[in-house]
Amino acid sequence: MNIIITIAVTALVVLYTGLFKAKKALLPITLLGLLVALGFTICSWDQPTVHFGMMQIDNFALAFGGLSIIGTLFIFLLTQRYFAENSQNIAEYFTLILFALCGIIIMVSYKNLSMLFIGIEIMSVCLYILAGIRKLNFASNEASLKYFLMGAFSTGFLLFGIALIYGATGSFDIDVIQNVLVNNVTNVSPLFYPGIILMMVGLCFKVGAAPFHFWTPDVYEGAPSLITAFMSTVVKTAGFAAFLRLFAGAFEPLHDFWMPALMVIVIITLCVGNITALYQKNFKRMLAYSSISHAGYLLFSLIVLTANSASNVLVYAAAYTFASIVAFAVLINVKQKTGSDDIESFNGLAKRNPLAALALTIAMLSLAGIPLTAGFIGKYVMFLNVMENYQIILVVIAILNALVGFYYYFRVIIAIYFKEGKEVELDTPIQYKVVLVVSTIVILVLGIYPSLILNLI
Amino acid sequence: MELLILIFLPLVGAIATALFAKQNTAKVAALAFSLFSLAVAIGILCKFTPDASTQFVVNFPWIEQLGINFHAGIDGISMITVLLTNVLTPLIILASFKHEYKNANAFYALVLFMQTGLLLVFTALDAFLFYIGWEAALIPIYFICATWGGKDRIKVNMKFFVYTIAGSLFMLLGIIYLYLQNPANNFELAEFYKLELDATQQGWIFWAFFIAFAIKMPIFPFHTWQPDTYTTAPTPGTMLLSGIMLKMGIYGVIRWLLPIVPQGVQDWTCLVMILAIIGVVYAAIIAFMQKDAKRLVAYSSISHVGLIAAGIFTLSHQGLQGSMIQMLSHGINVIGLFFVLDIINSRLATNKVDELGGLAKVAPQLAITFLIILLGTVALPGTNGFIGEFLLLMSVYNYNAWLGAVAGLTIIFGAVYMFRSYQKIMLGETNALTSSFKDINGTEKVVLYTICALIIVIGVYPKPLMQISDASVQHLLEQINQKLTGIN
Repeated sequence: MNIIITIAVTALVVLYTGLFKAKKALLPITLLGLLVALGFTICSWDQPTVHFGMMQIDNFALAFGGLSIIGTLFIFLLTQRYFAENSQNIAEYFTLILFALCGIIIMVSYKNLSMLFIGIEIMSVCLYILAGIRKLNFASNEASLKYFLMGAFSTGFLLFGIALIYGATGSFDIDVIQNVLVNNVTNVSPLFYPGIILMMVGLCFKVGAAPFHFWTPDVYEGAPSLITAFMSTVVKTAGFAAFLRLFAGAFEPLHDFWMPALMVIVIITLCVGNITALYQKNFKRMLAYSSISHAGYLLFSLIVLTANSASNVLVYAAAYTFASIVAFAVLINVKQKTGSDDIESFNGLAKRNPLAALALTIAMLSLAGIPLTAGFIGKYVMFLNVMENYQIILVVIAILNALVGFYYYFRVIIAIYFKEGKEVELDTPIQYKVVLVVSTIVILVLGIYPSLILNLI
Repeated sequence: MELLILIFLPLVGAIATALFAKQNTAKVAALAFSLFSLAVAIGILCKFTPDASTQFVVNFPWIEQLGINFHAGIDGISMITVLLTNVLTPLIILASFKHEYKNANAFYALVLFMQTGLLLVFTALDAFLFYIGWEAALIPIYFICATWGGKDRIKVNMKFFVYTIAGSLFMLLGIIYLYLQNPANNFELAEFYKLELDATQQGWIFWAFFIAFAIKMPIFPFHTWQPDTYTTAPTPGTMLLSGIMLKMGIYGVIRWLLPIVPQGVQDWTCLVMILAIIGVVYAAIIAFMQKDAKRLVAYSSISHVGLIAAGIFTLSHQGLQGSMIQMLSHGINVIGLFFVLDIINSRLATNKVDELGGLAKVAPQLAITFLIILLGTVALPGTNGFIGEFLLLMSVYNYNAWLGAVAGLTIIFGAVYMFRSYQKIMLGETNALTSSFKDINGTEKVVLYTICALIIVIGVYPKPLMQISDASVQHLLEQINQKLTGIN
């Protein structure tokens, strides 16, 4: 609880600081607030508490919350030079991201479906604004509108699903729902089935799984890069945590019913994400489609529910988050120099900035799933998870998709090292260097010694 | 402990070279580290007792939650491949001394990094570790070939990369499957040996592993990436690929495929033998037609490897022993050949046999060493190629006389295309291009003389080498037969 309070208070303080035009103080205050929140996260470890029957701060919530806070921290570090040119509403920017983070913390720790809805709404409303925060930019406006319309629609699905489930059980509490299901597995109220499917649709929209992914590329491309980075890492992770809490918890007894539907979604997601990513020239769009395909791999954990499902998602999400943050950091850095976010703008990066080139290469290798990086361990545990139920066809499809993935991630590496680019020096601010170096080290450490976070929860 | 030093010394060297070496000191540093590794390997060889046991074992938990151990050790079969790696790496580094590579420290760091990957593959007793080594050897060679390679390097190496990684992903699937079958919940090779899988399971596992190994070697029809990759790669890259890396596939078959799924192997042997022999003949014919000497050697390599594969799949003592010694010989010979071509190419900027001629007159030392390497390659008695090829052919002949006869043609074919290209390059009159050719000097002499010495010494007295792996091969065959009779 103190985590949410800390973040919310930080957000308000930042808003007031912005009012008094103390721009220099914004970042330190934000970082301090997030560090305190992270400290609370670590302190509450292994001390599960339930607040008012609404939120359950257990290790699951803390692990995903901590990952979200670290991700947000890195995103804030990237703001340093980002706002030099258009520095009108930094305070609002910061506040909205922090409020979104509040929503995320609620999403990962809800015990009551109304909290799930509230968390998602807090997060989404902030993101609708953030996507369109460049008021004069056409693409940004488009992104915001698209995201809002589609998002509002999907929230409707979610809400309808919650209502049906409430109708079947008379409760919003996920433990009560689970008990109802466990006690009447043979005689489940028919309201459950549409309820589960509608909630699945709503959540699939939030995590960007196909065929509910159509907003992703446009929104990712149109939104400011920093917001895209936030959406594709922190928000996505939170979405999966929410998904997992509900489907691996409350709806687990009906696994046989919803698993086939999810399986179809997974297969479509993998294929659509990877194959479309192949054809992208724009790096941001490529990352958008690759994020769709990663959603597919992440959903593997729900296809076969084991004791390790949650920790597998955590490993995969951590690997994906750090690698994506590196990718976006380099993208923002390069875009400031070249003004373009095409893959071609990375041409010859190795000569212009060896550090950024190396970090991006390791990030790409991790996203592709090459051994000794965190991404490999993530994919490996997912494959292992599914193989335990001998869903070999699914693994074969995943492997073929991973191959396609190699192809487009290596296009970036090829651009960095083997293509000739303009000989412009690319300087990297110190904060970017910190983010790049720390993230790269995390990727490698998790890849070489994953015991650190395996079975953490 | 020795083994840990052996495996990680090159990695330390790689990091040191990448971080501290300058453009001009990188090659010296890399050479020093690879010579240290060689010294460690020789130290291990001296302490090694040639029986069937696994020695110098290191075993500690690595990723406990997933049942993964860092378990490595050396038996006779590993010893040969470890020797191969550690003898050839310094030679390969020394052979690159005349070249000035851009970002030399990155280049040599990658070479050393690859050595660690290779050594992991050759010593791993844990399937997961084996897989990690397998990929750890691939990434550096991809970067070596794609960064410092020639024309079309990006496209060619992408093909190479996707091919090999496709194979290895299916191998990973196989490894996960075996892990899930294993009641001990780990990746131990010894536990995998004990698994009792039925024939269908063995068939699937066989293909999951075999495709990875077949692509690496490569066996016909999985070879299409190979000639282009060899041709466009920088010479040290070609040497690493052909000299050491393809032995990963052969080693994989011997260590993982045969003993884990003997039934699967037995069921598919016939097909594999036919593919291997087709590869032998087909590659020889294509080699015969090549105008570019580097491509010729690339195809001849496919041909030789096909014979090694055929020999292994006979599941006979001769075949396996022949493949062991031939792995070593082929490694030495093929890097010798590529080095000679590199010397010619670096001076005359061509490897087209038709444009060359008369080099023997202007470069007698090159001519002599080239001839010795060539004799080794065509397996003349008294050279290192002979004993291996002889054993391999004999085993194939015992398996099936017709296949043996067809495979025997390779010796003739090999002799024809090798000597024909020798004749065109070295003999005849010099032309405008070749008349000013300078004979070998400095490091070139060291490398070529060492290779020639190895060819002759192994050729004349192969017994100590044969002894290293003899007991282990015998033990492996007993294990396989035991398992086969157990099932039937």
